[in-house]
Amino acid sequence: MPVSHRTRQSLRYLPVLPAILLLLVFLAGPVLWAFQASLTNAGLTGRSARNPEWVGLENYQRLLADPAFPLSLALTVLFVGGSAVLGQNLLGLAIAVLMRRARPAVSSLVGTAVVAAWVLPEIVAAFAAYAYFSRDGTLNQLMGGLGLAQADWLYAYPMVAIMLANVWRGTAFSMLVYRAALNDVPAEVTEAAQMDGARGWQRLVFITLPMIRGSIATNLMLITLQTLAVFTLIWVMTAGGPANASTTLPVLAYQEAFKFGDIGYGTAVASVLIIIGGVFGAAYIRLLREPRP
Amino acid sequence: MRRRALKTMSLIASALVALTACTPGSPAAEESRTLKVVYQKTDSFTALDTMFQAAKQEFEAANQGVTVELQPIQGNDDDYGTKLALALRSPSTAPDVFYEDTFKVRSDVDAGYVLKLDTHLDGWADWDTFNDAAKAAGKADDGGTYAVPLGTDTRAIWYNKKVLAAAGISDPWQPRSWQDILDAARKIKANDPSVIPFNMYAGKGTGEGTVMQGFYELLYGTGSSLYDEESKKWVVGSAGFTDSLAFLKTLYDEKLAVSPAEALDANVWKKVFGEWFPNGKLGATVEGSYAPSFWQEGGSYEWPGYEQDMGVAPFPTRDGQAPGAVSMSGGWTLAVGAGTKEPDLAFKFLTTALNEKNSLAFTVESSQIAVRSDVAADSSYQDANPFVKDVSDLVSVTRYRPATSDYPRISAAVQEATEAVITGSRTPEQAAADYDAAVTDIVGGDKTVRK
Repeated sequence: MPVSHRTRQSLRYLPVLPAILLLLVFLAGPVLWAFQASLTNAGLTGRSARNPEWVGLENYQRLLADPAFPLSLALTVLFVGGSAVLGQNLLGLAIAVLMRRARPAVSSLVGTAVVAAWVLPEIVAAFAAYAYFSRDGTLNQLMGGLGLAQADWLYAYPMVAIMLANVWRGTAFSMLVYRAALNDVPAEVTEAAQMDGARGWQRLVFITLPMIRGSIATNLMLITLQTLAVFTLIWVMTAGGPANASTTLPVLAYQEAFKFGDIGYGTAVASVLIIIGGVFGAAYIRLLREPRP
Repeated sequence: MRRRALKTMSLIASALVALTACTPGSPAAEESRTLKVVYQKTDSFTALDTMFQAAKQEFEAANQGVTVELQPIQGNDDDYGTKLALALRSPSTAPDVFYEDTFKVRSDVDAGYVLKLDTHLDGWADWDTFNDAAKAAGKADDGGTYAVPLGTDTRAIWYNKKVLAAAGISDPWQPRSWQDILDAARKIKANDPSVIPFNMYAGKGTGEGTVMQGFYELLYGTGSSLYDEESKKWVVGSAGFTDSLAFLKTLYDEKLAVSPAEALDANVWKKVFGEWFPNGKLGATVEGSYAPSFWQEGGSYEWPGYEQDMGVAPFPTRDGQAPGAVSMSGGWTLAVGAGTKEPDLAFKFLTTALNEKNSLAFTVESSQIAVRSDVAADSSYQDANPFVKDVSDLVSVTRYRPATSDYPRISAAVQEATEAVITGSRTPEQAAADYDAAVTDIVGGDKTVRK
């Protein structure tokens, strides 16, 4: 019995069906559930836990009027911009470029040290960072040893502490991406530029960076989305304090949904976070598509 | 091509078989009778675990074929509450018997998570030995009883006699007003600047500890209150609220308490019990009647000399006005899940866990105030530590939190106000105004009253 063309066409998609199903169930499902819950007054306990009511956009209106929201949004942008787009990205690139020039021994030593922070489970890394920055922590002891003034990092400079911790933890990813990308830049092109008299930084800016443009955009997209979602690190180190000074959107969503039991409001915050992630994602995809300047 | 398609199909089919094999709960497994018990256990609170282990053995021996599955949750009070609420949301994870904070009983009853126990309690002779104030903690708005109290507690000033003596303060110390506290604290500070004279918790880090062992003792000592029971409205704009914040500001500004950075650390209480009191680095603090449970033998911060070194005094009202002292009470209960398949068995387990023997052991080990008259009369309870009588007497002046479902948010707003004041970001007046706005926002303007 011959198989018709159409059947064959549709059978071709069968192997990806499980993957699509899994994505729908575990990715699209929770997103849709969160969005649906954000339009209700669902609670963790109390009357609204049993019979959540449809409240339309009320949670979003409340969110816009909430003084904690603009602060939280600004802190999220600062956290992502400072620790991912600038910190992890530039530091990762710098390490990757320098590693190509360094001796193999130095290069593998640095690589191991950087990757070590990355392979730690998030909760372990968070406790390590807490122990480092806390009042009696390693950093203060080092500074004391050098005769420098000590500070209550987690209290006086909570954002600085969590951003440094996130850079420490996440740089390995950017470094690995850029190392792979730099290996793909053909040596002839760089050599040709060298023959034309381009200096080191000129070769980097005019030859190498444009050639790894795709990797840069992909890397930026991934680390932005990862950093947007960072929760454990902040929760363990500062729990959003003091006085909300490090309450980024994921922490705000957790507090509203679980500490105050207001799941509807918490999911509204989470939905806004999804939208922000979507905007970043779309921007990077555009960056990927644009023709070279 | 066809063969390949067949191969794919058979792969998918086998995957489906494998996946469906993962679905939980074959009917046969559910027929064996299992009771799921959820409770809190931390490195410094194991008394409840001990009690449930004993009850499990006793119960399984008396009821053949029943398995009691103990599921301790490791976490602080806040995290335990969240985890429990999440477990209660879904019938497949909801426990049969669980450990429940008194102030959550009403909102969980509203949510339909808790089984009404009235008919069961009628047949339980021991119920008559529970005192009425404690029984009230398990009641909901409909007058029914939903939870059985495990014990209660009160709050008082705990002070280190050696530190006070070094500053020339006579023992026993009994401050009659807020001013007396400040005077003593300043004396201690002047005598030894490295000592923390008088700490009161503040800020969001210590959560309910901030309000239960701190702010409410101040607020209720001014004659004001958080909630007007008669009109069932939340109090805003009270002078007592601002005064209480101003007192905290004085304590923190003059460095009579810990530094704001330390106050906002959620683990500050561990230092109070484990480090500062035993090492003579803290003059006094407001803490619960359960304080000796940390120091006694087997406690998490064993301190052989605590009975001689520590003293306890009621927290005074602002100017010493009647009744002269303030205390707050909380306490925990056991409840039965509304969705349990074995309500009778679950209740029977609850009565085993709370029988005289287990109650006594738990009450003594965790330094609770007894709620059963037979436990209260037992000599091993009365002699458990030298402070039992003092802290039990405070039951006559104690207050309970308003256990409405809005309470957790209101409490958070109070904690936020204290945090803003001790960090200096708001004045007491501004923080009180912020609190009023927050309360109006949470419950609506018609549920507030100016007093």
